[in-house]
Amino acid sequence: MSSAPATAPASAPTPARWLDSRLRLAKAVRSALNHIFPDHWSFMLGEIALYAFIILVITGTFLALFFNGSADKVVYHGAYRALDGTRMSAAYQSVLHLSFEVRAGLLVRQMHHWAADVFIGAIIAHLLRIFFTAAYRRPREMNWLVGITLLVLVLANGFFGYSICADLLSGAGLRVGYAILLSVPVIGPWLVQLLFGGTVPVDATIPRLYALHIFLVPALISLLIAVHLFIIWRQYHTNYPGPMRTNLTIVGSRVWPSYTLKSLGLFFFVFALVAALGGLVQIDPVWIYGPDNPAAVLPGAQPDWYLGWVEGAMRLFPGFNVHLGRWLIPEVFFPGMLFPALVFSVLYLYPFLDTLISHDHGEHHVLRLPWQQPFHTALGCALLAFMSSPWPADRL
Amino acid sequence: MTENKKLNQDAPTEQGGVNRSAGPGARIAASAFMMVEVVVSIARSLRKTRRQSLAPSGTDTTPATPPQQTVEAASAPQPNFGAVDPIPPRTLDHNLDADPGMNPERREFLGLVFATLAAFVTLVDCIWFLIAYWSHAANQILGGSLALALGGLGAILVIWGRMLTVQREAIAPREPLLPPTSERKAAEDALTLGAHDIRRRCFLRWIGYSFAGLFAAMAASLLRSLGLPSYSALNSHIWKRGQRLMTAEGKPVSVDSLQPGNTLTVFPEDSIGDERSQTVLVRVDQALLELPKERQNWAPNGILAYSRVCTHAGCTVGLYEKTHYLLLCPCHQSTFDVLRAARPSSGPAARALPQLPIYADSDGTLRAGGGFSEPPGPGFWGMA
Repeated sequence: MSSAPATAPASAPTPARWLDSRLRLAKAVRSALNHIFPDHWSFMLGEIALYAFIILVITGTFLALFFNGSADKVVYHGAYRALDGTRMSAAYQSVLHLSFEVRAGLLVRQMHHWAADVFIGAIIAHLLRIFFTAAYRRPREMNWLVGITLLVLVLANGFFGYSICADLLSGAGLRVGYAILLSVPVIGPWLVQLLFGGTVPVDATIPRLYALHIFLVPALISLLIAVHLFIIWRQYHTNYPGPMRTNLTIVGSRVWPSYTLKSLGLFFFVFALVAALGGLVQIDPVWIYGPDNPAAVLPGAQPDWYLGWVEGAMRLFPGFNVHLGRWLIPEVFFPGMLFPALVFSVLYLYPFLDTLISHDHGEHHVLRLPWQQPFHTALGCALLAFMSSPWPADRL
Repeated sequence: MTENKKLNQDAPTEQGGVNRSAGPGARIAASAFMMVEVVVSIARSLRKTRRQSLAPSGTDTTPATPPQQTVEAASAPQPNFGAVDPIPPRTLDHNLDADPGMNPERREFLGLVFATLAAFVTLVDCIWFLIAYWSHAANQILGGSLALALGGLGAILVIWGRMLTVQREAIAPREPLLPPTSERKAAEDALTLGAHDIRRRCFLRWIGYSFAGLFAAMAASLLRSLGLPSYSALNSHIWKRGQRLMTAEGKPVSVDSLQPGNTLTVFPEDSIGDERSQTVLVRVDQALLELPKERQNWAPNGILAYSRVCTHAGCTVGLYEKTHYLLLCPCHQSTFDVLRAARPSSGPAARALPQLPIYADSDGTLRAGGGFSEPPGPGFWGMA
């Protein structure tokens, strides 16, 4: 009887212990549970982006079961009577089908579109937070580069996504995208052939963009998100300035339990926001635009908001060509290709420009607040203003 | 901690061994003492595990992290952790609930109330969603109920994390990112010494580079399957001399069918509906025309024919403002002067809309007098 308490409950066969006795995970799990995340609302922006991506994958998988990425011409006889008897692409027909005949199809489609907007919005807010607190400084330059690349991929995939619906608005967007890509000196015609498969957006275009939209680009995004998170995990987050926050310490909450509970809660909040928007706020009503038709005109056609700055620049830029002998650099190249390329080059190079100017090669784990770096803040505001000034031109 | 437990566990057996040689009274006393010892040790270990686990905030009276130590740690500019442990110790965590002015009991009570409410919302909306889904309810009902169900679940978790969990501020040393020299050197040695085991390294490297290049070329050549750009198609002037101008419905157009101020979209008779071929006819007062000399007879009866594809970004130039004789592209607001060979008059376009020479045949049917004056559509490197 006296020996009973001496035998501690050594190894009850829980699933965790089953795994641990085969993979020896205990040390890594203990380290993970003890990992520290700083508590600040601005650190949630990147998490919101991550959760929006997960929602995109969930809703996108559902949509892929119904979407038909084909430009074959069909005559519509579906539930939406206003377009009865209209000739359209099979892709557009499948979008109508999943919007009107598949249960919860419209909800999931609108949630997918809204989640993309939340995703890009969160990425941009996250980028601004990183920029204005100088979190990109050594040793985090690498993660800055990964993050900017993610933004490029996400912008491209957003464009591909609403282009494959094959409605009149996406047709207008495709033509503009085609013209921009075609304008690239020397290789423009090769690029449009590769991406669009013809001299105008043609039947080959939708299958190509669909393959990129649901496979290649999401795979790259997933890979880069994994790299992004690995680097954050390895380097720990930065800390806002405060007591005990030094280059040698990390202060915050442990992963287990409070961070896990709060972050999981945030996931469901983002999901709830996307569901509310998808259910209650109409987005991209393709049935109102009608099927893509090169002869039809859609006044006031505008891209999704996150491409508005490029579209605005295309409207503002003066009309001049550059002739180099018998070669031509058309007018759209400058605002449509060179301007975004310049903006993203500056973004890519910014951590290195900062080092070049400040000669600061040290490691930094405590953030600089905007008022502690007035020159940097002013420069950032100026760049932001320059970049976004064409945007209102798109809304006129 | 484990050591401590071991001592407690060892203690009874040791005493049992000693007492075997003693009298019955002493034996009873010893076993009573042993029982007490065991109970105390169980209670101790229970308290310990409870302290480590997520005890409700009220019961957490941690003697292991006395308030003095926390205050001391908080006031020190740089905490001294001793040797860097890659896994930070939890014992240094600052229990914020123990700070003066905190009322964890009240928070716990409120948290329970809120979490219950949120759970109620989630439950109701899960059921609502299920009913709505199975009864073909409107999108708004589906989205609304789903949002409330998910939001309730999120609220439960956040309430639990913020109100029903001991709030601690953890602090740990950062593991330096630069490894010790010895560690890095050992890794570099492993790499170089391993490489020395490879015989004929030069040859292998040569094989590696050349085949990497060859396989890349093989992969890249597969892109050929996606087609080559056709400069002849891009530079095509589309129309051929003598082709009739056809409406989208496939009807020929006669020279007197168009009223002044009106427009009409036409296609070559062999490619009706083709995007790059679309042409807009505009009829204006012939006296107003200011066409270049070589285009004087391109506009029979004041009917002008221009490409309908914008030279700027390829949108359809679908709007016509007849008071100012301007063709307008709705995408980027380029305007083209109909009277002056569709030269851009404002907006971002740099090149005129290509003009199509047309004539009326003996029946009065409009026909193309040749191709467009330039290749239609947006510009590109190598545009003729």
